[in-house]
Amino acid sequence: MGILRLGGGSRPAASGWGIRRLLALGLVIGLAAGVAVLDAAQPPTTAAQDGFVPMPDIPPEDQMPAAPLVAAAYAVVWAIAVGYLWTLWRRLGTVEAELADVARRIGERDGA
Amino acid sequence: MTPMNRRLFPVLAGLSLFFFVTAPVIIIRAPYESTMGLVQKIFYFHFPAWMAMFLAIFVLGIASGLYLFRRKPAADRLAVAAAETAVIFGLMGLITGPLWGIKAWGVWWQWDARLTMAVILELILIAYLLLRQYGGAGSDRLAAGIGIFAMANVPFLYVSTEIWRTVHPRTSVVPTLPVDFGIPLWWSFAGFIVLCMALLAARVRLEEQRAALDRLYLAVEED
Amino acid sequence: MNEFLRVAWLVVRKDLRVESRSRELLFTTVFFAISCVLVFSFGFVRGGRAVEGAAAGILWIAVAFSGTLALGRAFERERHHDALRGLLLAPAARPAIYVGKLAGLLLLLAVVEAIVAVMVAFLFQAPLFRFPVRLFALLALGTIGFASVGTLFSAMLVRTRSRAVLLPVLLYPITIPVLIMGVSGTAVLIAPEPDLAMARLWIGLLFFFDAVFLTLALWTFEPVMTE
Repeated sequence: MGILRLGGGSRPAASGWGIRRLLALGLVIGLAAGVAVLDAAQPPTTAAQDGFVPMPDIPPEDQMPAAPLVAAAYAVVWAIAVGYLWTLWRRLGTVEAELADVARRIGERDGA
Repeated sequence: MTPMNRRLFPVLAGLSLFFFVTAPVIIIRAPYESTMGLVQKIFYFHFPAWMAMFLAIFVLGIASGLYLFRRKPAADRLAVAAAETAVIFGLMGLITGPLWGIKAWGVWWQWDARLTMAVILELILIAYLLLRQYGGAGSDRLAAGIGIFAMANVPFLYVSTEIWRTVHPRTSVVPTLPVDFGIPLWWSFAGFIVLCMALLAARVRLEEQRAALDRLYLAVEED
Repeated sequence: MNEFLRVAWLVVRKDLRVESRSRELLFTTVFFAISCVLVFSFGFVRGGRAVEGAAAGILWIAVAFSGTLALGRAFERERHHDALRGLLLAPAARPAIYVGKLAGLLLLLAVVEAIVAVMVAFLFQAPLFRFPVRLFALLALGTIGFASVGTLFSAMLVRTRSRAVLLPVLLYPITIPVLIMGVSGTAVLIAPEPDLAMARLWIGLLFFFDAVFLTLALWTFEPVMTE
């Protein structure tokens, strides 16, 4: 596959500029089209989408069913983070053990 | 990079631990939201998880570009780490979202634009990891191309709520939040970002050790 | 610039000549697309009537499936006798080679889509040709978006193992947005009360996607294909 580099190098340098200009033009057109589309498509907003409004007092029947959900969300975040770190630690342990093993064998062979 | 990386991880991990342990106290003290009540507090984990995922995807895109155009092996290792970290945070977002939705909307899942795009992003990242796993030799360059495409998809995800009518709260909610809602949000936001960096550092370390192992094997074969 | 177009045209002509000898790609892809639509019609036509709103989705799924088949096959052909390496070794701009391959695929998919669209309109009693220009714009822009990413990916995958599985695995998630836009745009066109403003929005979005994806593909083709 080394010869492919030759192919890349022997291209006429001038054509690169034309392509780069074409690419820039494409990006500009794309962004302009995007802005135009976004402008044309502002959906009507409802009050609930525009922001959170604080509630002064909480009816007790509202709190109860939501609490487990909030706790579950917090627990899920913890579980995923800790679980992922654990798999990382295990994978790192395997690789480092192999690394030490290979290094030891090289040392033995060179010593012998 | 390697020794710095090794020292970086405990600092970042400790810092994110601090943020995560203290976050519930601050979140419990925050006021209740008028229409959604207590369940709105999931927002403090849900939104930062997505932001951390965006950060990781951003790192993935930049690192992929660096690898593709500058041929830096370190950038390739960072790209793999970023892709895996992004999948992890995406998983958090995808699980905490329905927990909020079942209370706020009455259904676990809704095919609105934002959710659809979130799932697509997660799919793209998993496809990236599949390619790295099963692509074999030479797939790193190709994976870098996919990484750039994944980053290009993010703006579409972010503006999608502005284009489609949707039941998801608009993204513009965040800067205009009252201070009482804002402090816990930015607190857990900081926690997630630091956690993201910690996971990145740990994952890059794994990739560096793998590269070291490969180099060692190559050296053995050459003798 | 002229040189760029000339190279692209040479690649297209080469592909057309190869294809005109065997017609393998054309016949297999068209046959696959037809059987795809037929399989869907067994699933979605009940008691002589098509399930409401199925036509737009089936049209696009058939295009995406047969497009993937054609993409895989078009580059599989370049593997024989290291043809792709020869192509890349030519003293020509790499992006021009990409554009040539893309144009050849677009020609093939245009034939497939013409047949599939007529079949879907026929089998699902869908008024697909009520707004022919808008339908054409949707199909053309959607296919360009799908094929521009697909051409890049399948070119890159030529050297990888398990490429047959990896092409759809990588291609579908990244082109789902294009498919959503195509399906939604077609759906508002063939609805009992067509919403032309929405159709225009979807066409605009598809154009936006195409511009970004095509630019990125042209940008990354060179470094990705250099070994």
